Amino acid sequence: MSGHSTYQPQNAFMKWMEARLPIAGLVHSSFIAYPTPRNLNYWWTFGGILSFMLAAQIITGIVLVMHYTPHETMAFNSVEHIMRDVNFGWLLRYLHSNGASMFFIAVYIHMFRGMYYGSYKAPREVLWILGVIIYLLMMATGFLGYTLPWGQMSFWGATVITNFFSAIPVVGETVVTWLWGGYSVGNPTLQRFFSLHYLLPFVIAGVVVLHVWALHVVGQNNPAGIEPKGDRDTVPFTPYATVKDAFGMVCFMLFFAYFVFYLPNYLGHADNYIPANPAVTPAHIVPEWYYLPFYAILRAIPNKLLGVIALFASIGILVFLPWLDSSKVRSARYRPLFRQFFWIFVAVCLGLGYLGAKPAEGGYVIASQILTFYYFAHFLIILPLLSRFEKTRPLPNSISESVLKAPAKH
Amino acid sequence: MTMQRSLLAFALMIGLAAPALAAEQGELPPKQKWSFAGPFGKYDRGQLQRGFKVYREVCQACHSLSLLSFRNLAEPGGPGFTVPQAAAIAAEYKVQDGPNDAGEMFERAGRLADRFPKPFPNDNAARAANNGALPPDLSVIAKARTYERGGFWFLLDLVTQYVEQGPDYIVAVLTGYADAPKDFKVPEGNHYNKFFPGHAIGMPNPLSDGQVTYDDGAPQTAQQYAKDVTGFLMWAAEPHLEARKRLGMQVMIFLLVLAGLMYFTKKKVWAAVKGRPEMLEGKPSATKH
Repeated sequence: MSGHSTYQPQNAFMKWMEARLPIAGLVHSSFIAYPTPRNLNYWWTFGGILSFMLAAQIITGIVLVMHYTPHETMAFNSVEHIMRDVNFGWLLRYLHSNGASMFFIAVYIHMFRGMYYGSYKAPREVLWILGVIIYLLMMATGFLGYTLPWGQMSFWGATVITNFFSAIPVVGETVVTWLWGGYSVGNPTLQRFFSLHYLLPFVIAGVVVLHVWALHVVGQNNPAGIEPKGDRDTVPFTPYATVKDAFGMVCFMLFFAYFVFYLPNYLGHADNYIPANPAVTPAHIVPEWYYLPFYAILRAIPNKLLGVIALFASIGILVFLPWLDSSKVRSARYRPLFRQFFWIFVAVCLGLGYLGAKPAEGGYVIASQILTFYYFAHFLIILPLLSRFEKTRPLPNSISESVLKAPAKH
Repeated sequence: MTMQRSLLAFALMIGLAAPALAAEQGELPPKQKWSFAGPFGKYDRGQLQRGFKVYREVCQACHSLSLLSFRNLAEPGGPGFTVPQAAAIAAEYKVQDGPNDAGEMFERAGRLADRFPKPFPNDNAARAANNGALPPDLSVIAKARTYERGGFWFLLDLVTQYVEQGPDYIVAVLTGYADAPKDFKVPEGNHYNKFFPGHAIGMPNPLSDGQVTYDDGAPQTAQQYAKDVTGFLMWAAEPHLEARKRLGMQVMIFLLVLAGLMYFTKKKVWAAVKGRPEMLEGKPSATKH
């Protein structure tokens, strides 16, 4: 797929440039002539949506930084200054805070799409692992960003999460003190979190470049899960994928705008409008919604160290997915059993998210434990067994055949 | 597909049953009708002006409003005071300024650019005057308070746009004072409140009928005062709410039209390959669809 460029420079300047730095050829082969499978559905537009969200977060973030003060005595009020006195500051701030949530909604859909259609399987393992790295970086960035308004949830969320590291035997306390830059979360913590929150999005952008590069080497997967066999199975990226991605993006922006303009604080927490106070612990310390499933896994396990290990393992296990699921058939379309288990897995993740928002007591803990067990069982027991024993449906001979067969099913 | 559906139904059932596991909740704050709710919401100028009066005559004695400036009172989307009116209000306050050329702090009349002065010089002074309890700053209180209904109401709120939990809670607390039940022991210096978490609140019942004189004919009841001052506090917490909802409608309409255009563009572009299956197979037998 990454063969030599078919780009033909038209004017003299572009010919001169192309002979020296073939950047136009690179853009042409990556975003214009790049062959995309013709059967991609709208779940494939989330890659483009995610690039848009990353750009939107970086741009709104850069402008917010022009008005924000990362100091424990001034951070909260500087955010309020943005909300009140900066022209359209309320819009920038709500775009950025809701943008984080939208970024995660899009990435979760993108990841579940990859799982459903087996996009992590050979030859796309590295592509998938780069994606997991981006996701991890996103989680770190989101967490760091949430501390910046220096409200009660910022402060106590930062305290709880950094305390994970105190579970490390022997050196735990030392590591936490080092992370905080003191003996509790305080001004040094806020300033380093701010610095890292500004840094990480650019690291994400770098890994996104690798992710797209890997994608363009192996080509996109598709709903049929079979490789394109020639021109008949593909369409050029522009205009076909471009216009479809653009439509998907506008629909996503509608969803985004609905939250920004009508429910700007819906995805946040009221306690974060109370300035950080080390002397008062909120009744329930709850992380942002996108961490809730992992928070439920953490609290399902009574031992702190094991809980933290389970938390990191629940994300780390994704790296091994290409080898845990060794079925030769990629798409769930042709894997009837896998498809059922996929939807159960989605329900389990949503259930864990619900439980993560609840206090860790009574029935909630037991439910969290059952779902945590199932979460790991999905990867460690169900997928390996399915790869071995599942009777898959016959695959179509080509993508174009699967496209033509599709209407007959309805 | 049916299997998938039954699984979803099962998951939903478990979800709906889950709240039953939670501890029984007390009485929930009653929902109020707010002019600023919903996609076309706007503040009620009369309510904001009355609420401001209640704040000045009742709350201000203990509660600061430190993020607000007098100029905000005359800004669009607010209580609708004119600039001279706001300046006159500012002039009624004493503001500390300085140091002057002699190096001394001095007091002067407030100006539009000044923030609302705090009632106490510092938090400890506020605590000392209030039986050890710190009266919270009210600048963003309407967004900093909420209440939980449990269950899956939060999903319905997405559609109904019910995001006024904060204001509803504040009205409920302001009007929620009652005699404590026999088995409830109110700690010394506290007061029983039906809606305050833990029911023991430091603030004595602040509002009573007829306490503040309204000159626009609105009922002079504690209930009305509570609602008006809460409306005012919502504006204080979200002064650009009207601009946000107005711009929101414009953005939504623009995006809807753009989405429509994109959809038809996409359809037209794809018609070249979708409508002609022979382009896919190149075999006559496949063209029957």
